[in-house]
Amino acid sequence: MSATITAPAYRIIPIIPALKPGAMEGSGPFVANDKIQEALGFPGQLVDDWHDRAIAKMSELLGKYRSLKVYMDACVHCGACSDKCHYFIGTQDPKNMPVARQDLMRSIYRRYFTLPGKLFPKLVGARDLTREVLDEWHNYYHQCSECRRCSVFCPYGIDTAEVTMAAREILDSVGYGQKYDNEIIGKVHKIGNNLGLPGPALKDTMEGLEEDVKEATGIDVRYPVDVKGAEVLLITPSADFFAEPHIDSLIGYGKVFHATGTSWTLSSMSSEAANFGMFIGNYEQLRKVALRIRQAALELGVKRIVVGECGHAWRVAYSFWNTLTGVGDGADQDDKFAMMLQKQLDHRYKQPSHICEYTWDMIERGALSFDKEANDKHVITFHDSCNVARGSRMGDYPGGQFDIPRNIIKSVANHFVEMDPSTTHERTFCCGGGGGLLTDDLMDLRVKGALPRMEVLQQAVDEHGVNFLAVICAICKTQFSKVMPYYGFDRKMVGGVHQLVSNAIRLGE
Amino acid sequence: MNTLFALLFYFATLVFVVGTLYRISIYNRTPAPLKIPTTPAPVNTGGVVLRMMREVFLFESLFKANLWTWGVGWLFHVSLALVLIRHLRYFTEPVWSWVAFIQPFGMYAGITMVLGVAGLWARRIFVERIRYISTPSDHLMLALFLAIGVSGLVMRFVVHGDVISVKGFMLGLMHFDVQSLPSNMILYAHLSLVALLMMIFPISKLLHAPGLFFSPSRNQADNPREKRHISSWAKLMETGDTTGAAK
Repeated sequence: MSATITAPAYRIIPIIPALKPGAMEGSGPFVANDKIQEALGFPGQLVDDWHDRAIAKMSELLGKYRSLKVYMDACVHCGACSDKCHYFIGTQDPKNMPVARQDLMRSIYRRYFTLPGKLFPKLVGARDLTREVLDEWHNYYHQCSECRRCSVFCPYGIDTAEVTMAAREILDSVGYGQKYDNEIIGKVHKIGNNLGLPGPALKDTMEGLEEDVKEATGIDVRYPVDVKGAEVLLITPSADFFAEPHIDSLIGYGKVFHATGTSWTLSSMSSEAANFGMFIGNYEQLRKVALRIRQAALELGVKRIVVGECGHAWRVAYSFWNTLTGVGDGADQDDKFAMMLQKQLDHRYKQPSHICEYTWDMIERGALSFDKEANDKHVITFHDSCNVARGSRMGDYPGGQFDIPRNIIKSVANHFVEMDPSTTHERTFCCGGGGGLLTDDLMDLRVKGALPRMEVLQQAVDEHGVNFLAVICAICKTQFSKVMPYYGFDRKMVGGVHQLVSNAIRLGE
Repeated sequence: MNTLFALLFYFATLVFVVGTLYRISIYNRTPAPLKIPTTPAPVNTGGVVLRMMREVFLFESLFKANLWTWGVGWLFHVSLALVLIRHLRYFTEPVWSWVAFIQPFGMYAGITMVLGVAGLWARRIFVERIRYISTPSDHLMLALFLAIGVSGLVMRFVVHGDVISVKGFMLGLMHFDVQSLPSNMILYAHLSLVALLMMIFPISKLLHAPGLFFSPSRNQADNPREKRHISSWAKLMETGDTTGAAK
């Protein structure tokens, strides 16, 4: 952990930074203690035979993941990715170049799993797995937010996120985990959400929310919990339950359901959309966290599952839920596990749906109306969240994940502008806090990683007077509120798309 | 010397073919347990084929990344393809008409190929980031291509070799009938380096060629909600666990 937290100066023209080797050495996150580790079934501390176990684990992963196997072999060191990572741009540490980050593992792969690396290690950049290498992994594989920006530009589609996930999986398996991620996964298993908010507290919070909304609008908007037979099960990041500005979007979801007359519910047992199992690359953890949603859907008998504003959670929901839990469509008839749930769900709708898909669909059907003037004080721009942009989709066509949130914003507000196109859509930058790095012990990294986004935001502020940065991700919301003051912005500039919806929606009567 | 080169080429071909097929079989049998196309991605197989063709023929992603790398890299690869096609004339009798058609282009492609290699190498030496990530083997690989290219060009444009005999030798090899190879040091060098290239193909970064086709971020269709995708090892977790109750 770094003692000083500093925001780098904006680059005059966004030129590629010069290298500062070792700039982020020893800037890694806290190590998980034995209690946290053992709760997930990982060794409590670094095991004595970590070397052999790490190599064995790597061998296992190479056999289970085609991505890892192909990506270890295919890189030609062309450098296409080398200037694409926000952490490299912000820190100038060469080991934060995606290719160099991959090479921290590739060098080990070559040494233990390839002929040239076994015979001529120096020639092909292979090296022995030493304690120093392991420390380096813990440091630099926790300076990757698994945002996939590098994979857009790689001629072979090599996705550093896959390598980072594998590295974290190996580190966990030898007892060298990350405190923040593993502690949070433990909380989900125990209580049902990342915050450790128990069921009764959730119900209290939602009742309080109903009172607040009643006071503000005079209308009885419901925020129901554990309602059996509801049409929609809403799975949203637990930060939505009381973090600012997240909660304003939760209020918005409730208003949309109210205005469309849809019965919906939260689940106290499964009150978390986030799935940090993905961040640590552990399939069992990923699956176990996701299975709570399956269980809630089955127990509550819902027809639809809708996911709130959260980036990686939407990637997990959209791309992985069908695989992990059967939430989706198109299982084989003899696939009992998946069919059990798929028979229950209403396949006139996409399963799962993003809350933006839900709202946009209702807007298109004419089921919602808005007072756009309510958002006139805002000049809005939209930050594409990395995992939504490059790891998922919304709607019926590729790229719907870019259009639908923007369409919603334009339907509820009058002033919308884009940021520099080289930093939006599939080329968007991570906020700097994704991938399981949203922890205070990585604050310096988070501030530096936000640099490229802050630069173009400043541009939009200067040119168009932007004063509202709309996002659809709980991590982006928290990260931006925290780091923007370092760059001289008001933390209240950040908000959710459904916060804007909430401002403008007509609730009727 | 004739026998030596004959054996070398039989061995190199064996290593190249068996080694590459072996690597491909590993890629093929390793499951991809999760849907991870880099989105926006095509939603069906037809779209995936088009995306893959854009990557293979146009280097679409590299084009997005860096115009210089794309330009020099594309020049090198297209030139190499033309040069390889041109060399089919040494293995076919009569020469296929389309190969004959490409012949003049293939000759000049030898020059652009060498220029491409030189450009890639310059980038590796002079751009700080690329120099940082380069291993000795990265440089040697370029040296190998450069040496093959230059030795070929020298024989084509400076010291003309006895191409008729070379062709006789190659055709002979294909019928397990060793013919005599012209005694020419540059030719020996050219052929030895090509054999070396073939042999290191399956154990080096040259695997990027087959690897691309197996890259899940490029070869998967974006349809996870419409079709359940599950690997055999993950499916095993579901036996006897139909409720999916969280434990």
